[in-house]
Amino acid sequence: MEMTGTTEAGLIARILAGEKELFHELIRPYERMVYLTLFSIVRNETEAEDGAQEAVISAYRHLASFRGDAKFSTWLTTIAINEGRKRLRKTKGAVEDSIEEKEESHEGDYTPAPLTDWREIPLEALERKELREALRVAVTELPGIYRQVFTLRDLEELNIEETAQALGITTGAVKVRLHRARLMLQKRLVPYLKTTAPARRGFFGRAL
Amino acid sequence: MKLECKHVWQHISEYIDGSVDAKLREDIERHLEHCEICSAILDSTRNILILTADNRTFELPVGYSERLHKRLAKELESSEQNSDDK
Repeated sequence: MEMTGTTEAGLIARILAGEKELFHELIRPYERMVYLTLFSIVRNETEAEDGAQEAVISAYRHLASFRGDAKFSTWLTTIAINEGRKRLRKTKGAVEDSIEEKEESHEGDYTPAPLTDWREIPLEALERKELREALRVAVTELPGIYRQVFTLRDLEELNIEETAQALGITTGAVKVRLHRARLMLQKRLVPYLKTTAPARRGFFGRAL
Repeated sequence: MKLECKHVWQHISEYIDGSVDAKLREDIERHLEHCEICSAILDSTRNILILTADNRTFELPVGYSERLHKRLAKELESSEQNSDDK
């Protein structure tokens, strides 16, 4: 559920004026987003949860510096990203970052996997647990720069501009990384999708 | 213009987001009408995105929300005391 800008702005004003308890309500719609953002960076449940708590506390402490020109959700996501990066540096050093910068410039083979014997998979197939599990694993194992863009855009459903703003990259970079992330996932998950295809269909899509 | 499969793949992400221009959209759609392979790639990619956005796919740790609000309540309480001290 998304609160309207006015309601949210009103809530923020009241919190700053002293009704601190309302911060619980302000943050509630974004709890999931904060956790997923943290997880996309640290890839560990406990670290992600601790980081999410820190990010929310930090947002509370710095609420007065929030300006209405950005969306509250984007501002909060930026705080969550910074918290995640801080934690990552602490545990791994800057190693992963520098490796991933190289990946970015690498002209990789970002092509989808062609499917044969494909027909649109029925909705009940999407309900299968193995498919969800496979997707979770595949997303978690994406290289960091792709994982973070994919998480903000396709999991948290921020738009391209908000994703760019939160990560401090250009909209062009968001589009390229998103495209690659989606194709990498498609390629990786095709075996799972294939086994769910119940029947062959004719060459032009007609049932045989 | 007749598109090759490879060309369609390059734009598949933007096509899904609806951010290709009208002309390219038309070319892609014409290609999809007769290309089983590209249609399957598009369908499968879309399904992955539907599944990704489904809250049941990426779940939060059990008790996450309760712990978060408990921690927050503590913070609100202590900031109350701090402002009383001043």
